[in-house]
Formats: sequence, structure tokens, C-alpha cells
Amino acid sequence: MCLGVPMRIISVDGSDAIAEMDGVRRDASLLLLDEEVRVGDYVIVHAGFAISRLHEAEARETLALMREAFLPGSMA
Amino acid sequence: MNYRDEYRDRELVQGLADRIGHLADRAGRTMTFMEVCGTHTMAIYQYGIRSLLPPGVRLISGPGCPVCVTPNEYIDRAVAYCRLPETIVATFGDMMRVPGSSSSLMAERAQGADVRIVYSSLDAVALAMKNPGKRVIFLGIGFETTAPTVAGSILAAEEKKVGNYFVLAAHKTIPIPMQLLSADPETAIDGYLCPAHVSAIIGGAAYRSLAEGHGVPCVITGFEPADIMRGVEMLVRQVVEGESLVENEYSRVVQWDGNRKAREVLERVFVPCNATWRGIGAIPGSGLAINERYACYDAERALPVTAEEPREHPGCRCGDILRGKITPFDCPLFAVACTPESPVGACMVSSEGTCAAAFKYGR
Ligand code: SF4
Repeated sequence: MCLGVPMRIISVDGSDAIAEMDGVRRDASLLLLDEEVRVGDYVIVHAGFAISRLHEAEARETLALMREAFLPGSMA
Repeated sequence: MNYRDEYRDRELVQGLADRIGHLADRAGRTMTFMEVCGTHTMAIYQYGIRSLLPPGVRLISGPGCPVCVTPNEYIDRAVAYCRLPETIVATFGDMMRVPGSSSSLMAERAQGADVRIVYSSLDAVALAMKNPGKRVIFLGIGFETTAPTVAGSILAAEEKKVGNYFVLAAHKTIPIPMQLLSADPETAIDGYLCPAHVSAIIGGAAYRSLAEGHGVPCVITGFEPADIMRGVEMLVRQVVEGESLVENEYSRVVQWDGNRKAREVLERVFVPCNATWRGIGAIPGSGLAINERYACYDAERALPVTAEEPREHPGCRCGDILRGKITPFDCPLFAVACTPESPVGACMVSSEGTCAAAFKYGR
């Protein structure tokens, strides 16, 4: 039940949004979010509420740093 | 979001495993880390993370499955509610099959009780609006991730003047039991993989006293294989270097300050209270109760019921599992008398339960 799923916002109407991932659509209330979101943004949806934004740029940066440090042949 | 696959990249995960191996050699002793999030437990079994770690690094599961830590007395009370006339009990699906002392919600529904599975607490409020002649009791369990959503449903019910919506609240907060378990010399925890989405709400500061005051390294970790391996790597590194800090591996979702708005909503409706955890017992200040202002939505105060005297299931070792004392494979009932189809204990019911995860992926 504690599953929080990354989903993409596909529409926003006031504090109600619809989010989608892998063809599954869910209502996602934006009432708990303290960051503004727009269509196309990713959020973590938990039990009908968006609880956090998922920052794509940060995701890529974390990956790039990990690759640099841990892929075979790298030195860190 | 095509980078999700990249967090599952075999080469990267192997590279992390190699580094953990080198670091663990330097530590020269066995290290034990606990995850306190059911989704981590599931992912660790699903991706076979343990098999990638050197023998000097042990991962154990803690009290991170909200359904599992909910004690029998709560299930018994929910059962008592669904036996009342003109009453609908609304719940997250995982609760249906959890055995209480002598019944379960599933068994009650088979006997004719009106028990509905909802995806969100807001669906339960909608259910109350659609059934004005009945009372809807929503089973509010879960940690800091779920508690704000349930608080939000109470605010929504107030705004829409819904008078027949009630919450049977047993929300729990994670940092205090983490503190408690880390002091247990038997499990001797060297660090925590902190729950990702709980942390999205409470932020990294919530673990500060655990890390800095009690010397227990804490790393907020995501759910993909590379996240978990990186989380373990950060923990091993802290141990090797003699540090104990709060680090955030999952910065793409978790802000250092958490989610202030969600905490505000939570604090508008709930106040800290004592709570009983299955297997751990009563922990002062580790629960959330509905405050005076919203008492009319509190099922326990607005509609008190008497439930049966709670009894534990003889033989079930969920309690030891939830404290990280044993693994499911140490329970004699595991996969014999206790399976997901006919679970003996809560840890086998919830998909995030350690026994269920071990049954599905671990053998
Ligand atoms: S395997 Fe079943 S009986 Fe044993 S601890 Fe887990 S839930 Fe309880």
C-alpha cells in the first residue's frame, strides 16, 4: 500500500491532476505538493496524491556521477 | 522517463558491487544494515541485491511495511466496525486478508459485511457522499507518506460538509522506532537505508539525531537496483571512514527539507500519540492521533465499538521479523503452513511484507 509510483502529469485542473505511467491513468490530487507542477512534469503519486516532484535533471546528474565513479575502467 | 532503465544497468550495478566489495575488505568486519521500507524489502528480493553483496555486508529488513506493523487489536476493531449496521468499511486492499485475532475483513465480507477497497482516502470520502444514509469508516494506516493523504481527506470532508465519513486512525512515524532498534545490541545495526517516500515528506533533518547523536549512518535511498547499491555503498563508506551522517542518494525526489506543505496538512489534523507496533510493542510518541478540532471524524471517539480481546497467532514470528531478529527462512511455518494464499501472519499478506517478498522472489 505504501507504493509511490513515478507518473507523468497529463492534465491539471486546479488542485486535481491526472497522471499516467505505462498506459495507466490515475487521479492525483495536488493538495500536498509544495512545488508547482505542469503538464509533462513527473511526480511521485501515492494513494491518490502527488507527494513530491521527480526532478529529471537531478536524476540524470545522479546517474552521470555514478557512472563516472563506478563503471569499470573509471577511477574515483 | 527512459533513464529508469539506466538505474537498472547491469554494468553499473556490478561496478557498485565491486566497489562495495573493496570497501568491505577495508572494514574487516561484518556490517549489518537495515531497510525500513516495504518497497525496499520488495526491491531487494526482486533484484537479488543480497547475492551481489560481499559476505561482510548483511541487509536485514525492519518494520517498514505499514500493514505488517499494524497490530491485531486494530484489525479486530476494524472487524467490529464492519459488523455494525448501515456501515461501510473502506480500506486499502492490502488490509483485506490480514488475519486478526479470529477473523479478517475478507472473511467478514464473505459473511455479508460491506467492505470496499479504495485506492485513495478521497475515494472513501466520495463513497460517503454517495451513501448519505450510511457511515463510511476509512482504515487510516501507514507512515508519514500516507498520513498527510488521510489528513487531506478529513479536510476535504470538512470542506464538503460530509458528516458520515470517519477515520479509524493508526498512523505511525518512523524515526523513533529506528532509534529504538538501533540501540538493540542483538541486531547491532551499523546503518539504515532510510525509506524513500517517507523521507520525501519528513526530509533528511528527521534522521539527524539518529546519525549525529546516536552514531548511526543514514542514507535516504531510491528503489532501483543502482539506487540501492549506491545507498549501501554510501553506508559502507561511512562505516569505513568512521562517519555517521545523513546522506541523500535519492535527490531526484527527496528534498533535504522534505515536503513542508504535506507536513502542514498532517499537523493540522494529527497530534503525536503513543502507538503499538506489532512485534515491538508500545512506543511513546510514535503514532498519530486525530486532534480535538477534528474529533468528529475520529471513528474511535465518534463511534466507539468493543472488539474482542486480541490474541496472537501461535507460531507466527512476524514480531521477530519486524525487529530484524530473524529472516522468513527461520520461521518454521514459512512456505509450509504459511503462504500468500493462506497467510498465518501479516508479514505474508502485504505485498511489501518481508515474508511475502521472500516467498515470491527469495527461494
Ligand atoms: S512466514 Fe508466516 S507465520 Fe512465519 S513469520 Fe512470516 S507471516 Fe508469520
